[in-house]
Amino acid sequence: MRTGKLKSNEEPKEDPYPESMRESIKKVEQTREERIGKEVDRMNPDEREQVLNKYHPDYREEGMRGLDAGPNQGDQMPLELADLLEAYPAVDPSEVDLTKVDYEVDVLVIGGGGAGTVAALWAIKEGIDPSDILIATKLRHGDANSMMAQGGIQAADREVDSPKAHFLDIVGGGHFANKPELARALAKDAPGILKWHEDLGVMYDKNEDGSMKTLHGGGTSRKRLHSAKDYTGMELMRAIRDEARNQEINVEEFSPAVELLTDSDGTVTGALLYNMETEQYYVVRAKSIVMATGGFGRLHIQEFPTTNHYGATADGLVMSYRAGANLLDMDSVQYHPTGAAFPEQIVGLLVTEKVRGSGAIPVNRDGEAFVFNLEPRDVEAGALIRECYGRDMGVETPTGMKGVWLDTPMIDMIHGEGTFEENLAYIYRLYTRFGIDPTEDPLLVFPTLHYQNGGIEIDDEGRTAVEGLFAGGEVEGGVHGKNRLMGNSLLDYNVFGKRAGISAAKRAKETELGDLTLEHARRYIEELEKAGVDEERRSPMLIPEYRGEEALSRSIDII
Amino acid sequence: MNEKTEVETVEIFIMGKRYEVPKGLTIMKAMEYSGYQYVRGVGCRGGFCGACATIYRLEGDYKLHTDLACQTTVQDGMYLTQLPFTPAGREQYDLEELEVDNNPLLDLYPELARCVSCNTCSKSCPQDLEVMDFVNEAIRGNIKEVAELSFDCIQCGLCAARCPAEIPHHHVAQLARRIYGRYQAPESEHLEKRVKEIANGQFDDELEELVNLPKEELEERYENREIEE
Repeated sequence: MRTGKLKSNEEPKEDPYPESMRESIKKVEQTREERIGKEVDRMNPDEREQVLNKYHPDYREEGMRGLDAGPNQGDQMPLELADLLEAYPAVDPSEVDLTKVDYEVDVLVIGGGGAGTVAALWAIKEGIDPSDILIATKLRHGDANSMMAQGGIQAADREVDSPKAHFLDIVGGGHFANKPELARALAKDAPGILKWHEDLGVMYDKNEDGSMKTLHGGGTSRKRLHSAKDYTGMELMRAIRDEARNQEINVEEFSPAVELLTDSDGTVTGALLYNMETEQYYVVRAKSIVMATGGFGRLHIQEFPTTNHYGATADGLVMSYRAGANLLDMDSVQYHPTGAAFPEQIVGLLVTEKVRGSGAIPVNRDGEAFVFNLEPRDVEAGALIRECYGRDMGVETPTGMKGVWLDTPMIDMIHGEGTFEENLAYIYRLYTRFGIDPTEDPLLVFPTLHYQNGGIEIDDEGRTAVEGLFAGGEVEGGVHGKNRLMGNSLLDYNVFGKRAGISAAKRAKETELGDLTLEHARRYIEELEKAGVDEERRSPMLIPEYRGEEALSRSIDII
Repeated sequence: MNEKTEVETVEIFIMGKRYEVPKGLTIMKAMEYSGYQYVRGVGCRGGFCGACATIYRLEGDYKLHTDLACQTTVQDGMYLTQLPFTPAGREQYDLEELEVDNNPLLDLYPELARCVSCNTCSKSCPQDLEVMDFVNEAIRGNIKEVAELSFDCIQCGLCAARCPAEIPHHHVAQLARRIYGRYQAPESEHLEKRVKEIANGQFDDELEELVNLPKEELEERYENREIEE
C-alpha cells in the first residue's frame, strides 16, 4: 500500500505545528488512553435544539434576507444567494439570435457531474439514442462535488437494516422538513443503485466473503455507510463517467448553460450555452432538460471556507428560478463539522466523517471530549462552534483561525496499525503532503461550508414545477429537509439523477421540439426593475473571483 | 500584532514571467494572487480531480518536477506552468462483452508492451503511486493487482504525458478496476437479496405508512428507534 510523500526537496523534518499548538497537543495525548472505549452521550432533542439555535450559522438572522421577486417572494435566503437570484441575466435577451439552432436533441443535461451523467445513462436505458443526448458542462466532464465525496454512500442492504430504518434516519436528520415521498425514494432505491454500481465495476470495500464493509455515519441507526477507501466519490464518478464515454454520449465541456429558453406557455424548450474559451454562444433546442448543476459552496455563505468544487456557484438555481421553478429550504446550509483549519494551504478542505465513524473524536484544547462524535451534521457543527466561540476552549492557529482537535491517532489504537493509511488514504496523503502525520498527531478542524440542503422543488419522478424541466442531485431540494446526513448525497445524485433521466426520456418520446424564446427572462427583468434591483447585478456567476486584491484593483477591460 | 508585519514573499515565474507572491500559498492560489483567473487547469481544488496537473523546475535544479497546483506550496525560484489538457488515447469497450480471460488490457492497449521500465511514470505521479509496477502487472494480465495498485489514481495524465512508450496509464488502470469490480471481486449476497426483496414490494406497506404519518408520530418513532451498536 502506497502512502503520501514528503517531497525530496523539502527541508529535514521540522514540527509542522507551532509551539502553542504543540502544547495543546500534549494535553490531548495525556487524555487519549482513557478516552478510548468511552462514549460521550448523545444529546436529547432539547439540547440539540439549543445548540442549533445559538450556534448554527443558519440561525443568524443577519445572514439572511427575504426575496422580492420570483416564485419564492418573501422566503428567507442567504444574502449571497439572494443577490444572485435577484440579478439581471448575464446575457441581454435582445442580443442573441435564437433562429440559428446549433443543437437539436431529445434530452439536454445541464451539468456534467454525478447527477447529470447518471441521468444521461438512464435516459439511454429508457430508449433515447446517445446521439440524441447532450451534456453541457462548465468545466470538464466529471469536475464536480461528486468526485470529492470521501466517506461513502448509504444503502439499507444488510439483514439488520431496512429501507424503513433508513427513511427514519433521513427525515429525523432533516428535522422532519423533508418531502416524505422523496425520502422514501431515496431509501427504497438505494440497494438497487449499489447493485447498478457493482455491474458497472465499482470497487466497494468488502470482506472476503463479499459482504460489504459498513460503518455508522452521523445520525444513522444502522451501520449503513458503504465506502471505497476515502475516495468513494472519485471511484463512483470515474466509473460512471467511463461508462458514459463507452456509450459515446456527447459532452460539451467548458460550455455552461447561462439561460434556459422557453415557449409562449413557459415550457422549457432549450438553453443558451456559453463557450467560456471562445466566448461564443450556442443555441440548444431540446424536448426535455435535466438540471444537474450541483450546489452553491463557492458562494462562501457567511464567509465560510468551503469543501466544494470550483464550479459550485448556484448557476442552475439561478436559471431555473427565472424560468419559474420553486425553491425549497434555501435557508438551510450544511456546514460540515470537520473542515481543515490548519495548515493554511488546506483550510476548508474536508476531513471526512468516516474519520469520526472510525473512532476519532473531537476534543478541545485541554484534550477533553465535549460532544458525541456522530451527532447529525448540523448539531455536531454547532457543538464545535460552541466549543470555540461559546466556551472559548478552541485552539488558535497563527493566522487567527480557531478550531478543535480531531484525535486521529485513536483510529490505529482502536483498529490496529495501518488502518488509517489503508482506509483513509486521501486524508493521510493530504496531511503528509504538508508534513503532518495523522496517525501521530491530531488534526485541527472547524466547520466548513459543504452542502446545499435545499434546492429546486421536485416530485418523486424528478419533475420540477416548470414543464419540460427535471432536476437531480444537489441542485434539487426536498430530499434532505433542513439537514442532509452523511452518505446521502452520493445516493441522492444516483437516485434522482436516474429518476430525472428516465422521466426526461419518457417526456422526450411523447413531445415535439418547441419554440425558442427568452420571454420568461424578459418578464423576470420587469419584475426586477419593479423591485428596484441594482442594474449592475448579473448572474449566473459561473466562476468565483479569487484574484488578488492588488491584481483586481489594476484590472481594466480594454480588449 | 499591532503593527502591520511585512509579509514574507517568494519569487516565482509563471510561464517564464516573474511575479512576487506571499510565502506559503499553493501554486494555484499564487497564480490567482498574481491576477490569473482560471477556466482551465482548475477543478476540485482538493486533490481529487487531476485538473491542475503542474510542471515546474527550480532554479539551479536540472529536474522537471510534476505535481498538483492545488496541493503544492510555491517555492522561491519556481518556474511553473500548468497543463490545460493531456491528450491520451482511450479505447472504447463494452464491459459486458469483454473477454476477460484473455488479458483485455493488453488487447485494448498493446502499447503496454512498449514499456521500457524507465519508471518515469511512477516518478511523475503526484499521488506517489507505483505506476510502473501496475504497468508490469497489466502486461502479465494481473487485473486485481492493477486495480489495487492504481486505486488512488486521480487521472491527471501526468504519467501519460511523460511516458516515452506513450502508454495512457490512467485509462488502462480505469479499465482494470472496472473489470475487477465487475468480474473478480466477491459478490455481495446480502445486496442481491435486498434488491430482490425491494422488487417484490416487501417494504412497500411499511414505507407507505411512514410517508403518511403525522409529524408528531414520526418524531416519536425517530426518537425511539433502535440504534445498532
